[in-house]
Amino acid sequence: MRTGLRKWSLLLGAAAFFALPLTSWAQLSTADIASRDNMEAHIGNLTGHVNARSTYDYKRYCVSCHGDLGDGNGEVAQWLDPPMWPKPRDFQMGVFKCRSTLTGSLPTDEDLFDTIARGLDRSAMPQWSQFTKQQRADLVAYVKHFSPRFVTEKPGTPITIPPEPEVTPERIKAGREVFARVQCWKCHGVQGMANGPSASTLTDDLGRPIAPFNFTEGSRPKCGDTDRDIYKIFMTGLDGTPMPSFADNIKPDEAWDLVFYLRTFMQGASKAKELAKTMDLKPVNPNP
Amino acid sequence: MHVLSRSSLRKVVRSAISLVSFTLLLAPFVLISAKPAKAIPAFARKYGLRCSACHETWPILNNFGLKFRDNGYQIMNDRDAPIWQNPSYWPATFRMTPIWHRFSNLQAVDTYTGASTANPYGTQAVERITSSGVDLSGLDFHTGGTLYKNISFYLLPSSDPTGAFHFETVMTRFDNILGSSWLNIKVGRFELNNLLSEKRAVGLTADGGIYQTYHFIPVGDGNIFGQMGDNQLGIEYVGHSYNDRTRVSAALLDSNDGNVNLTLGANSYSGFFTFDQAVDAGKWDVQRLGAYAFVGQAATYYKTSGGVPIAGSGVGNKGFSRIGVTTQFYFGPHFDVNFVTQHGEDNAWFGQGYGNAVATDGDGGVTCTGPTATTPGCPPNNTPGTTLSALARAPSWNGYTIEARYVYSPTLIFLGRYEAERMQQQATIGTPQNIGNINLWDFIARWNPFMSNRAGMALQAEYTVMHQVGTGPTVGLTTANLNDNEILLGTDFDF
Repeated sequence: MRTGLRKWSLLLGAAAFFALPLTSWAQLSTADIASRDNMEAHIGNLTGHVNARSTYDYKRYCVSCHGDLGDGNGEVAQWLDPPMWPKPRDFQMGVFKCRSTLTGSLPTDEDLFDTIARGLDRSAMPQWSQFTKQQRADLVAYVKHFSPRFVTEKPGTPITIPPEPEVTPERIKAGREVFARVQCWKCHGVQGMANGPSASTLTDDLGRPIAPFNFTEGSRPKCGDTDRDIYKIFMTGLDGTPMPSFADNIKPDEAWDLVFYLRTFMQGASKAKELAKTMDLKPVNPNP
Repeated sequence: MHVLSRSSLRKVVRSAISLVSFTLLLAPFVLISAKPAKAIPAFARKYGLRCSACHETWPILNNFGLKFRDNGYQIMNDRDAPIWQNPSYWPATFRMTPIWHRFSNLQAVDTYTGASTANPYGTQAVERITSSGVDLSGLDFHTGGTLYKNISFYLLPSSDPTGAFHFETVMTRFDNILGSSWLNIKVGRFELNNLLSEKRAVGLTADGGIYQTYHFIPVGDGNIFGQMGDNQLGIEYVGHSYNDRTRVSAALLDSNDGNVNLTLGANSYSGFFTFDQAVDAGKWDVQRLGAYAFVGQAATYYKTSGGVPIAGSGVGNKGFSRIGVTTQFYFGPHFDVNFVTQHGEDNAWFGQGYGNAVATDGDGGVTCTGPTATTPGCPPNNTPGTTLSALARAPSWNGYTIEARYVYSPTLIFLGRYEAERMQQQATIGTPQNIGNINLWDFIARWNPFMSNRAGMALQAEYTVMHQVGTGPTVGLTTANLNDNEILLGTDFDF
């Protein structure tokens, strides 16, 4: 018995000894992160750098949520309770929701640049639109330098978005069919109210509860509220969340149909919404 | 020397291995679970942002804070309404300022020289009086925030240094009407849309705690209504671009200087208009340039009953104006300069002391109830038949405030301010040109030992010097200049 205990102690001790470096991961990653201080961001004519200004701005505006190490463990992260208040992004993972690039790839610098100014609706991430463009470019470099992915991988190529066609009743009906076919309703509900049968079971990649987007609430979609933004959201997916990319399931033309159909759920004036009023548009039937 | 036996040695080694194993097993959990102890004011607590997100240094707003305020205390994330908050959240903040304060000024002091039965105090001489001690510069109970999406309020009961309370701010806001950031309405008693906010000044001394430019009136002038630094009663329209780069406001105000109960010019109104535009200056940050105009009318004649002015009966309106430009220049993240100019003009009646016949204490209390003509110290009343002297004319002046801030970090700021007020035209022909001119210097070092999203505390050292020509004590026929200096050391905290 005692010999068995001793053996287990030795085994566990040895395991812990070899696991110890993992505990000092945070300390190691500080040096690791610092090694990427030469990270740059390129947005149009602007070049962003990790410099005194971006360090200052990050520590003034971002650190309380995203943490000193960009790991999403800032001092207030503990008070953010998902799904109501999503946890801050862990920049070290290099996984971002709002991209113009295919799922699984890194976002472009412009994607991160836009996200900083746009903020993320229904989260604690405000719209930091008061920054100068140079400040934002520098912050993009600063955000990137947390993740080794930006050293080893290149950003994905932005998807091609065909020109937006004219919205017609036929296109709205076609969008409804796409909505039914790819089973958007399972999470978003048949009327876009985020009450589909799977809604309450969703978790993000880290196992934390997450809520689907409620189209009827009046909110702006997280990654922008233009028709092109909505197109991008379901063709690129929101990485790190259960929202997949439908690039393989939806043809570009069909994607516009879906955008128009989704607009019929959303508050605010739109031609799709106006047309929907004149149509006998019933919610999709989940049990045909 | 005690020598261990072989078996004892094995036991010790095994025990040591077990202890090390146990420690190694626990180490990851201890290291992973170790969190820094964190210490929230109302809005920071609501949104989980540090004070420094909205404040250049607390309480001065930065551009993000300005946008947050312009949006009706909302970050516009569709989770601003209280329904989304934890029910235990209460949007209240207390601000207190225990200080040590040294105040030194000139006063007319009895010398007892030549004292007699008829004149028991003798002659007077101008003498510097200096007093010091632990003091309070005020106590504020702030509560404000959203009532519903795009509907918010602010309530601020505040005490003056004597401990007397009044409602500094009471207002309701309706923002983003029709979904437009250009359509926001504010009703109640509120601070005017001054780019350089007096209510957010870090100065705590008596002279340095206000902006002289916002309160200046010529010596003997009776227009207490054009006080840009005082919170005013009225309704204000504010519009701004989505990113708050362009801001415009227009307020219709009672000419009451914020006094409640319609005690003063109940039948007169004034307007306060502002416009400012910010530009992206790259690495130099955002630069802002604006202008304001405060124009209005106020009563000079209050009807009387038995000679006593009747509150709220003001008629005989005369005009006044204050116009100027404001700038906010940032030179990178650590240094900024704020500049406000003013050109002011009052009607000649105000210049002769008319306008405040009911004489209030500034918070609605009436301090002069005697018949105007017979009670010394009561302001004059423009009763029927009153005429102005041939020497009377409309006073005018120019002034400016320049405030430079070195923000080493959000927790450490050094601030220097200079204010100059210069008479352009005196109210009475023959009055020396410089009577009433002001020079003020204020130097502040303010350090926040901690500033979290839960609470903030600042340790402040401040030195203020103020000179005003011809408003010091009068001895015989000679009036000295006002010559104050103040030293303040203290704490300023909120939670």
